[in-house]
Amino acid sequence: MGNPDLAAVWLTLKLATVVTALLLIVGTPIAWWLARTRSALKGVVGAVVALPLVLPPTVLGFYLLITMGPHGPVGRLTEALGLGLLPFTFPGLVIASVFYSLPFVVQPIQNAFEAIGERPLEAAATLRAGPWDAFWSVAVPMAKPGFLSGAILGFAHTVGEFGIVLMIGGNIPDKTRVVSVQIYDHVEALEYAEAHWLAGGMVAFSFLVLLALYTFNPARRQRNVR
Amino acid sequence: MSGEIRARFRVDRGEFALDVDLTLPGRGVSALFGHSGSGKTTCLRALAGLERAPGGYCAIGDEVWQDEARGLFVPAHRRALGVVFQEASLFPHLSVRRNMEFGQKRTSTAERRFALPDVAELLGIGHLLERRPDQLSGGERQRVAIARALLAAPRILLMDEPLAALDLKRKHEILPYLERLHRELELPVVYVSHAPDEVARLADHLVLLDAGRVVASGPLNDVLARLDLPAAFADDAGVVVETTVAAHEADDLTRLDFAGGAIYVSRHPEAVGTPLRCRIHARDVSLALAPAEQSSILNCVPAGVVDLAPTDTPGHVLVRLDAGGTPLLARITKRSAERLAIRPGLALHAQIKSVALVG
Repeated sequence: MGNPDLAAVWLTLKLATVVTALLLIVGTPIAWWLARTRSALKGVVGAVVALPLVLPPTVLGFYLLITMGPHGPVGRLTEALGLGLLPFTFPGLVIASVFYSLPFVVQPIQNAFEAIGERPLEAAATLRAGPWDAFWSVAVPMAKPGFLSGAILGFAHTVGEFGIVLMIGGNIPDKTRVVSVQIYDHVEALEYAEAHWLAGGMVAFSFLVLLALYTFNPARRQRNVR
Repeated sequence: MSGEIRARFRVDRGEFALDVDLTLPGRGVSALFGHSGSGKTTCLRALAGLERAPGGYCAIGDEVWQDEARGLFVPAHRRALGVVFQEASLFPHLSVRRNMEFGQKRTSTAERRFALPDVAELLGIGHLLERRPDQLSGGERQRVAIARALLAAPRILLMDEPLAALDLKRKHEILPYLERLHRELELPVVYVSHAPDEVARLADHLVLLDAGRVVASGPLNDVLARLDLPAAFADDAGVVVETTVAAHEADDLTRLDFAGGAIYVSRHPEAVGTPLRCRIHARDVSLALAPAEQSSILNCVPAGVVDLAPTDTPGHVLVRLDAGGTPLLARITKRSAERLAIRPGLALHAQIKSVALVG
């Protein structure tokens, strides 16, 4: 495995870590709202969050490219703020990945919040815990398996993305060239040995992630027992 | 510390309407009794502040928790109360001890009234403190839930059918603890139940709810001895008699003394002098003008007729009696009432066919 390969692996891990952290911050309030709201907007928001599950990454990438591009509203804003344009940069790739992996994080957490039900939170309220207190001391610990699943799935899905990276990130070494793109480059150049190293690594990584998810996740284990 | 509870709630959800105006004593156990759908749980949730009844009013002593006329609503977490739900609702991620400390940690030291070891000892859970909730039996879980509620320094304890989810054995395991709570703590309790035996055993004050309205409210026996209760309660008509274990006799009978005389029951394990509550159903009481010497019925106490009322059982009437200050109810046929010329003021003998010990 050459230096560019290691750089790609490093970049991929960095991207997935940053994206997972952001997804937990952004996804948790969305999941909480979706789990508890009786608003008519629940269906709409739920559907929007789930869109990346069914859309080809190229479609999402295309629209993000336009929005963040020089003529898009976000692009104008970032330029006005002196941040330059986001496409084909690492931050741009992070933003695109957050959108793309959102449902993989929101849905497990939302399911976990829904499974808790109203009662433990009511019990917490009668024990003098305000809503914010009860959220941190009861809801989050009780939803821990959901957070674990969400984080693992979000991380793994970010590692595995390809289409949206090409659309938004391009193929810039150390900035946007992640493992999946690097494999593509190797194959294009008929460097099958190098491609094997990376591709085999991805298979092993993905298998281990899913194995961890299905073996150690207490939520899934409980569901099997019941 | 004590203070009476005033509550007025009006909830209208189309199918279900609740319209109650309650004054409950600031001590002892007040039971909200009614069949499912009578509104007793909604009433309790409104008291707890878990539901906000529009236009409602709720105060304990001088502390007003809800007064919609002034737009005041204190949310549940700012009310000094404890709630025990039908399911224990312990936090599964915390040990028994941490569950118990949950509410305690959130009260000020000055407010605290009970110490954790004392409460653990009162409820017999001292040996369970390091366990996790999923390692407890249903009865143990419910006792931990009660302990947890007590440690949050409540001014009032609200219990929503705390025994309904338990089997008979577990119920009998918990009831003595509830009685202990009642005896040893100066804490008003509002106890929601649809089980007459629990109410007879624990309550001092009884509120009957039917279809979202208060049918009767008052001291336990005043309510139980009323003749005008709706059909829903008439089948269980009966009174509760406070007795004392007087003697254990040689033929395996125990004599219980009460204000109006004595009754015999099968040998009871409690020591002489122990107070014991008995429930006497109206359907188990028959009337005789003279003490029946030639009868197998052992329990026969002199009583005077107070009044009569028709019942919903065809051909029957309900007779209210006074046995030396203890009210009794008897359900007899109209034919017998006419034959014996039963009328208010008549002195006669009440034969009690069976007695249910509830305490």
